[in-house]
Amino acid sequence: MKPRGMKAVIAFLLMMLPALAAPPSNAPSTEAAAVAGTFSDPAMESRARNTQRQFRCLVCAGENVDESGSPFSADVRRLIREQIKAGQSDRQIEDFLVARYGDVILMRPPVQPDTWLLWLAPFLVLAMGGGVAWVVVKKASNRSV
Amino acid sequence: MTGELGQLALCFALALSLVMAAAGLMGTRVEAQAVRRVATSSALGFLVFTVLAFAALTYAFVASDFSVALVAGHSHTLKPLVYKISGVWGNHEGSMLLWVLVLALYAGMVALLGRGGERLTSGALGIQGLLAAAFILFILFTSNPFLRLDPAPFEGAGLTPLLQDPGLAMHPPMLYAGYVGLSAAFSYAAAALLVGEAGWARAARPFMLIAWIALTCGIALGSWWAYYELGWGGFWGWDPVENASLMPWLIATALLHSALATEKSGAFRTWTLLLAIAGFSMSLIGTFLVRSGVLSSVHAFASDPTRGFFIMVLIALAIGGALALFAWRAPSLQGGAAFEPASRETALLLNNVFLVAACACVFAGTLYPLILDALNQTKITVGPPYYVITFAPIFFALLILVPFGPQLGWKRGDLKAAWRSLYPALGLAGIAVVAVLAIVSPRTIAATGAFAVAGWLIGASIIDMRKRKGARASAFAAALAHAGLGVTLLGVAGTTAWRSEAIAVVAAGQTMAVGPYTLRFDGVTREKGPNYIADRAHITLMDGGRPGATLQPEHRFYQAEGQDMTDTAIRTTGLRDLYLALGDERDDGRFVLRAYVSPLTPLIWIGGLLMGLGGMLSLWGRLRAPVREPAAMAQAAE
Repeated sequence: MKPRGMKAVIAFLLMMLPALAAPPSNAPSTEAAAVAGTFSDPAMESRARNTQRQFRCLVCAGENVDESGSPFSADVRRLIREQIKAGQSDRQIEDFLVARYGDVILMRPPVQPDTWLLWLAPFLVLAMGGGVAWVVVKKASNRSV
Repeated sequence: MTGELGQLALCFALALSLVMAAAGLMGTRVEAQAVRRVATSSALGFLVFTVLAFAALTYAFVASDFSVALVAGHSHTLKPLVYKISGVWGNHEGSMLLWVLVLALYAGMVALLGRGGERLTSGALGIQGLLAAAFILFILFTSNPFLRLDPAPFEGAGLTPLLQDPGLAMHPPMLYAGYVGLSAAFSYAAAALLVGEAGWARAARPFMLIAWIALTCGIALGSWWAYYELGWGGFWGWDPVENASLMPWLIATALLHSALATEKSGAFRTWTLLLAIAGFSMSLIGTFLVRSGVLSSVHAFASDPTRGFFIMVLIALAIGGALALFAWRAPSLQGGAAFEPASRETALLLNNVFLVAACACVFAGTLYPLILDALNQTKITVGPPYYVITFAPIFFALLILVPFGPQLGWKRGDLKAAWRSLYPALGLAGIAVVAVLAIVSPRTIAATGAFAVAGWLIGASIIDMRKRKGARASAFAAALAHAGLGVTLLGVAGTTAWRSEAIAVVAAGQTMAVGPYTLRFDGVTREKGPNYIADRAHITLMDGGRPGATLQPEHRFYQAEGQDMTDTAIRTTGLRDLYLALGDERDDGRFVLRAYVSPLTPLIWIGGLLMGLGGMLSLWGRLRAPVREPAAMAQAAE
């Protein structure tokens, strides 16, 4: 690539930087503290938000507990925050919610015998495709010699 | 009266599609020109009567003829005209009629513009006729849109407010143009198997391109709609309905690449046929998923299985029939091209391996929970984390390999030279990494990696474009589409890694901060829309203490449907969005306000647009290219 093209690209990148330069603030603003149940400690609040995203709202279509406005989700959010306040680990919170609602509440499906195929299928297809491609290329290159 | 006319037109369309199927298939076997002319003219007749049937239903919606049950169930006199029209396909019956209309348009295009051999075109029309007949029967027996209601109600039930939006009004026709466009590729592939013609990929390519462009734009439109309408600032949720459109896109993308190799060097002949069958199969499965009710619950499907069962049989016949034909005839097509390991052919083959694996991932994630539930009553959720772990690495690996393809020659490429010519792109990737690490926090590995790959892709596309300077416009198609991938990746990375969010309960006059912005809440006014009442918030963007622009997110109540909707306000610089959604009112007159600052988000759709433009350039080049006689199978097999 000639310098001119490179310059244009660098200019484009530089142009993008101001958009990124703004520091994100997941920390709640003072007003946000007014929203019920918000932790005043930013680290705890961000952990709570993150945890909430790992669970599914069971009465909505595919939304997680964090983004859904349903009463069910409000309930689960309250449970999660209580558990965090009580000093429970992520693992313990997960076990607690699964015991209460079943595996279906996990956004990330569990790894167990009846989901092995689910987790492996993409990589099996990839491996099989790779194997077939290997044979095809080998045959084609034998022909081209 | 129009309802009955529509019904009648649909019956004529059915008759003509059967004639088209019979004549088209016969035309692959006999020499008589007259038979093939019957196929062509019945295809056009089928198109005319399908348009009439669709026009009749549209008229019933526009005129608010509530004696038609479908109109009474899905329309309302107060709805704006555009949503009366989009209401035609905003329901099951009407959307199936739209499906057939698009099928008829493609059949018409094949009849008028088809460039393959006479037998091939005839066979393609025959298969299109079979598909059309099956779908019209499905409509007439299980989903008739023209059924009457007696007595007719004075007012209709209205349309879900979620669908009363310009983006979603356009979304289904666009997506169907893609879904059903793959039927043309499918029909050509099946016809090629029937008549044993190797030149089919060339004849089918314009239709593959149209379908791919429509799918790309349809998916982009759907994700844009989800972003601005659903009010949570996300653009893709790995929802089964979204996945149903992504699967055909992945296969169609693989098909476009594989068909290129088949056409240019005769490689992957049988594989391309199989992909054409798989692409339309994905469309059918997507239609089945969305239309049978199986998604909302396996049990809902079991309690009223008529429609789902009909579609299932239809899918089994179409896919099974095509695969049987493939198994029977494909062995006779064995060509076996010769190429070196370092060649464009190998690159395209790898592209296909990764795209098919990515599709397998979406397929498993979408269908596995349904199968598990039906088999042993175990309920699981397959949410975004699954796709982050499986789909993301596979697609990422594909994106890293993309730039090599265009740099390698057909049959015999030079990997070292390709690698050397890509050095500047590698430099650009490095610059992107340094820039991200230096300027942005939080520093995440995923976002940094995404920026590196995006820089790599965009840089490689620029290199490719410079190499082709002075060539015809269509020579830039691939570079443009590949650059679009990089641009979309930047948008996805920016949104995912650096979105900031603030939720506040505010009273008039209070301010809140989100990212670099300060917002002043100036209160809420009550506004009256054509068929809704809105709480409109007035929010002033403070610019260094002085009031600047005003944003007005709304909370709407649609009386006819009795439903609430949020209407977001988005202010964009083109590289960064400020996104506001108005929440509920609290007892004390204060409102919940949600604000996001979402960097680089618009790039997601700008990238999609670039991909679509790339497809259009390629199509443009195709349509202007001189018609060449397709090579006979015997010749190509040498």
